[in-house]
Amino acid sequence: MRVGIPRSLLYYKYLPFWKTFLAELGLEVETSPLTNKQILSWGVEVAENELCVPVKAFYGHCMALRGKVDALFVPRVVSVEEREYTCPKFLGLPDMVAAVADQLELPPLLTPKLNQREKPSEFKWQLINFAREEFGVGIMDAVAALETARLAQSRYQESLVNGHKPLDMLPASRLNRTRWKAPKDKRKRIGLLGHPYNIYDGYITQNLVARLEEMGAELVVPEMTDHHVLMQAATDVPKQLYWTYEKEIMGAINHWTGNNLVDGVIYVLAFACGPDSLVQVLIEHRARMHKVPLMSLTIDEHSGEAGLVTRIEAFTDMLMRKKTKAEAVA
Amino acid sequence: MKVSCPHMGHLHWMLDDLFERLGVDYVKPPPTTTKTLTIGAKHSPEFACLPLKINVGNFVEALELGADTLIMAGGHGPCRFGYYGIVEERILRDLGYDFKFIMLEPFDDGKWAFYKTFESLSPGLSIRKLWKTLKASFSKGRAFDEIYKRSLQVRAYEVNRGDTTRALKEAEQVLVPAYTPEEIEEGARESLAIIDAVDQDLDREVLKVGIVGEFFLLLEPFSNFGLEEILGPMGVYIERSVWVTDWIAPNRDNKIYGFPKQLVEEKAAPYLSHNVGGEGRETIGSIVLMAERGFDGIIQLLPFGCMPENIATSIIPKVQREHDIPVLTLAFDEQTGRAGLVTRVEAFVDLLVARRGSKLALAGAATATDAATKQPSLSKI
Repeated sequence: MRVGIPRSLLYYKYLPFWKTFLAELGLEVETSPLTNKQILSWGVEVAENELCVPVKAFYGHCMALRGKVDALFVPRVVSVEEREYTCPKFLGLPDMVAAVADQLELPPLLTPKLNQREKPSEFKWQLINFAREEFGVGIMDAVAALETARLAQSRYQESLVNGHKPLDMLPASRLNRTRWKAPKDKRKRIGLLGHPYNIYDGYITQNLVARLEEMGAELVVPEMTDHHVLMQAATDVPKQLYWTYEKEIMGAINHWTGNNLVDGVIYVLAFACGPDSLVQVLIEHRARMHKVPLMSLTIDEHSGEAGLVTRIEAFTDMLMRKKTKAEAVA
Repeated sequence: MKVSCPHMGHLHWMLDDLFERLGVDYVKPPPTTTKTLTIGAKHSPEFACLPLKINVGNFVEALELGADTLIMAGGHGPCRFGYYGIVEERILRDLGYDFKFIMLEPFDDGKWAFYKTFESLSPGLSIRKLWKTLKASFSKGRAFDEIYKRSLQVRAYEVNRGDTTRALKEAEQVLVPAYTPEEIEEGARESLAIIDAVDQDLDREVLKVGIVGEFFLLLEPFSNFGLEEILGPMGVYIERSVWVTDWIAPNRDNKIYGFPKQLVEEKAAPYLSHNVGGEGRETIGSIVLMAERGFDGIIQLLPFGCMPENIATSIIPKVQREHDIPVLTLAFDEQTGRAGLVTRVEAFVDLLVARRGSKLALAGAATATDAATKQPSLSKI
């Protein structure tokens, strides 16, 4: 049986885990191609127009897998940390896709529920039961698959912390073996803040990462810091955030500004992103308090290349001037 | 200490009562107006949802009136509402206001913290007294909900336009002074009688429309341009899926709406089987429920960008197809204008009238009766 994983949303976080797990269960795994014009326009056409652009792209990726796979893997990722949620849209994603599945002639959906909100250990059983019910895999085999998958995921995350680039920044064959470019100019350390499914999806963010690298900026991304460090840094707010991925973003800016790791921050948000629309206030406040320049870059399916280039050029130029001036004073 | 808290529909009646019982000096924010929203929208993040912008406006106006302690309800997600308070506090502090900020977290998230929050407002308050106070205020809130609910049904039949709204004002005033449980009970009866006494034409053929969606948009007439008062005079009998006390009650038995949350969720299960925060699942469940009960159409209200409701909106086309019920989705933000809303609602009502007519005609052809006599005419409505 061939199972398709849409190359969108949580793909950018958990692909090594999912892929290994499904492969260990004896399934063939296929991913959709990189986001392209066709995929996004499919998504935009089908999706409710108020949704954020990555969710729209997700619909397109599901459509791109039509006729290529026997089932689509669309897990319901409710929670990945105790007492927290991911994003409401991930909670409803399988239902949203199911609502258009007949109309679009999508393959059947595999929608295991992954919820660690009440008890972290439940996660294990949810996946084991999924494997048993859907594919008739024995308990021991499922446990073994789970362990291998876990290992793959933690190896991947380790390599990110060690300075490797995340998925999709390079051809699939050389998965995760390229390091971030060494900076030409030490004066431009830019923190790139935002969800991996926006930042590393070159089509959605108009190759933002590559453009910044070309400009000689040294990029700092949340993935470079250990998850626990980010989570700890994120507790510096009056009430704990209950969205894990926003918590990571909050943790990253707190960590960067607290330890003077960046000269400026580019904060990429998708238009109509719910959690980010609120967390934005706290992030901008934090940057202001620490006198770190921050540019909020809102993206959607209509974002143009020229506007983006102008803005990031202006921002990097401003950072340079600021630094030069500060050095001159010193 | 001058306490204030944002408006949400007729919640302020209940708060009036609650703070009076607790002996707390309550600064009621001025009624929400376009100015309130302008202030809120100016200082809030661009795509934060509409309720947050209105909240911020309410808070600013309350602070200008001298409030020094602000209360905001909390929550544990995944809807944005639970984190509103923190963001609102940040926005207001950045504007330079000085105040004490209190987040009232839900009872289920910590009973002791819940009690302590009230105790900090009214020192020396015992748990017993808090319980009694909340119970009394809550029953008064229920009585208010009852009269508003009744008014939505009576308005469709009123003979003289505006009678129901006038009766409602009168009924409110009957309930306001009620204090003891007996008085509240008596007031509830009396106020309902006032609404029922409105001159009605019960032979009138009316459309049945359900209003579902995000709670703030449903509860706060300012945010939806008084949609119910626009629909009522068109001869539309309305039921609404969210009510103030239903929303507050921790057990969510939905006494006012009439269908417990659990039942609504079961109805939603074939389409949306998991909680997505806010009222997302309830919206789907209520549409199914209302379709089964023979409603002519549904109007879904949501603030632009509302996550749970957008999930529901994505699923609604399927529900619509399978249950053969028209659904009009209306998203609101600070740019929404009244005229555009009225046009869309009128067109929707026309559609429902035509639809009912053709349905009757079909049924009429089958039973060989004169369909034309049964067809509701617009002039009547």
